[in-house]
Amino acid sequence: MVRRVGQAIIVLFIVTVITFILLHLLPGNPVRAILGTRATTFDVHQLTIQLGLNKPLVVQYLIWVNHLVHGNLGFSYKLDQSVAALLAERMPKTLFLAGSALVVAVLLGVPLGMYQAVRRNKPDDYVLTGLAFIFYSMPTFWLGLLLIILFSATLSWFPSEAPQSQSNVFSQLNGMVLPISCLSLVNIALFSRYMRSAMLEQLTQEYVQTARAKGVSGRAVLFGHVLRNALIPVITLIGLSLGGILSGAVVTEEVFNYPGMGLLFYQAAVENDFPVLLGVTVVVALATVLGNLIADIFYAVADPRIRYVS
Amino acid sequence: MIDELGLSPGSSRGGAGEGTPEGGEAYRSTSMWRSILMVFVENRMATVGVGLILFMVLFSFVGPLIYHTQQVLNNPLIADEAPSLAHPLGTDQVGYDVVGRLMLGGQSSLEIGFAAAFIAVGIGVVWGAIAGLAGGPIDAFMMRIVDAFLAIPYLFALILLGSIFSTSIPELILVIGLVAWLVPARLVRGETLTLRVREYVQAVQVMGGGKRRILIRHIIPNAVGVIVVNATFQVADAIVFVAVLSYLGLGVPPPATNWGGQLSSGLNFFFDGYWWLIYPAGFAIVLTVVAFNFVGDALRDSLEVRRYRR
Repeated sequence: MVRRVGQAIIVLFIVTVITFILLHLLPGNPVRAILGTRATTFDVHQLTIQLGLNKPLVVQYLIWVNHLVHGNLGFSYKLDQSVAALLAERMPKTLFLAGSALVVAVLLGVPLGMYQAVRRNKPDDYVLTGLAFIFYSMPTFWLGLLLIILFSATLSWFPSEAPQSQSNVFSQLNGMVLPISCLSLVNIALFSRYMRSAMLEQLTQEYVQTARAKGVSGRAVLFGHVLRNALIPVITLIGLSLGGILSGAVVTEEVFNYPGMGLLFYQAAVENDFPVLLGVTVVVALATVLGNLIADIFYAVADPRIRYVS
Repeated sequence: MIDELGLSPGSSRGGAGEGTPEGGEAYRSTSMWRSILMVFVENRMATVGVGLILFMVLFSFVGPLIYHTQQVLNNPLIADEAPSLAHPLGTDQVGYDVVGRLMLGGQSSLEIGFAAAFIAVGIGVVWGAIAGLAGGPIDAFMMRIVDAFLAIPYLFALILLGSIFSTSIPELILVIGLVAWLVPARLVRGETLTLRVREYVQAVQVMGGGKRRILIRHIIPNAVGVIVVNATFQVADAIVFVAVLSYLGLGVPPPATNWGGQLSSGLNFFFDGYWWLIYPAGFAIVLTVVAFNFVGDALRDSLEVRRYRR
């Protein structure tokens, strides 16, 4: 377990190196971007020294990492706020969206997969499988558009734009229904498929036959043994899907104009606002690595067979 | 993306696979090509998938030879016309025929999809095989790099890379390939680790064969099953990536077009009633991606059942 944490830390370190390299590959000179086109060479030179951009790359990297560790994620000149402040404002919103979507996906996808496993190869299994494929194959923005068209423009059940206010989102849950649905539908498809497959794999194990032979009822076998064993790989998958959900959140926030971290990232990309891009990337990577680590640890804890192998 | 855990979410059979000998009877060994063919004959989903793919390929590449439309010079006089006999799916906002647009869009989507998948699998296989064979600290280092890149959710990486590289088709292929090579790398490394301890590899080593020989003549051919399955999913994912990038404005510049780009530009007019500007493109994307997912899933069912029965 210590090894896993150690590996995660190394990974994080490499992530910072990668993002730093990416920052310096981005086109455009940040100094010129700040000062504008009419700056004198002297001003440019001054600011370069002031920002520390004339130091060797390695030194700049170390300075940057030092800042990171102290919570200074940089300053966005385009938006005139510190990146940390921007993130503090936007991250809770994305967390709410992504978190709700994940919860919904688990609450709907897992039972659905179980149902499909029990009713395998019957008509409703095929129908649900087909639906799962279709939803899984849809680009998130297309799904979002379809949802808006159907539920917003045609039926007028839900607004097409997510709540914009900075205050309590709960007062406007109506506006959150579509974005959360959009983000979670793909994962419902994914989770239900995995749950179904995991359950099927368990159902072919000998212990199921043994239990039934002992006289244990079908239902008890299902819920007492099969379900718990099948949940192990599925929960690991849930931990690993955090990255995918964050990616989906970017598109969802763009489609529904939801002022979260994803939209911030996209807008920053369009405007070449490098500090924001970098700050968000680091935070998101951190979240993903943590999610993977938790999934890994859970898997090792839950499945004794893994413990002895690793 | 779906491959990472090595679970098979598509198994419609939880039990025995084909090719298992019964008792002492001799059986004809099932080569990989034969079992692939059997997949398409037996599995209806796969047949439908292949059919769809063939249709899209023919539609996109052969279609323009049969159905001539003007795709370079725009004609504002006939812009935004509803579907009619002259233009089966109407015209878009600058006067291009929509069916012709779909064909062009299909060409670039499919081209980029295949090419990017090819690059991704190429890099991934080499990286993973080398890591798996090398073992020890080299393996650990190479895999930590993969983990680090994986920690950045795919969309963030795509947008970052899309901002760095200018928009042109080869660069787009490169961008997608650079994001997608991670999963095959992991898979192939896992396969290599498994295959490496097989008796026939040990035999080659005893006979004095070098690492390169083992790699090329033994490990890769036996890992091909996993690689082929993953490659199919890579194409599906690549087409989605292209669509998302184009939708977000980071795709190919005009007059080249892409389904995703058609969606985003058509969106401006959609709510005024011009439905033919977005539905065809959206359905094209979903159909193509679903087709590839069907095929990949069926392939995995067949090839991985063989794995479990080794």
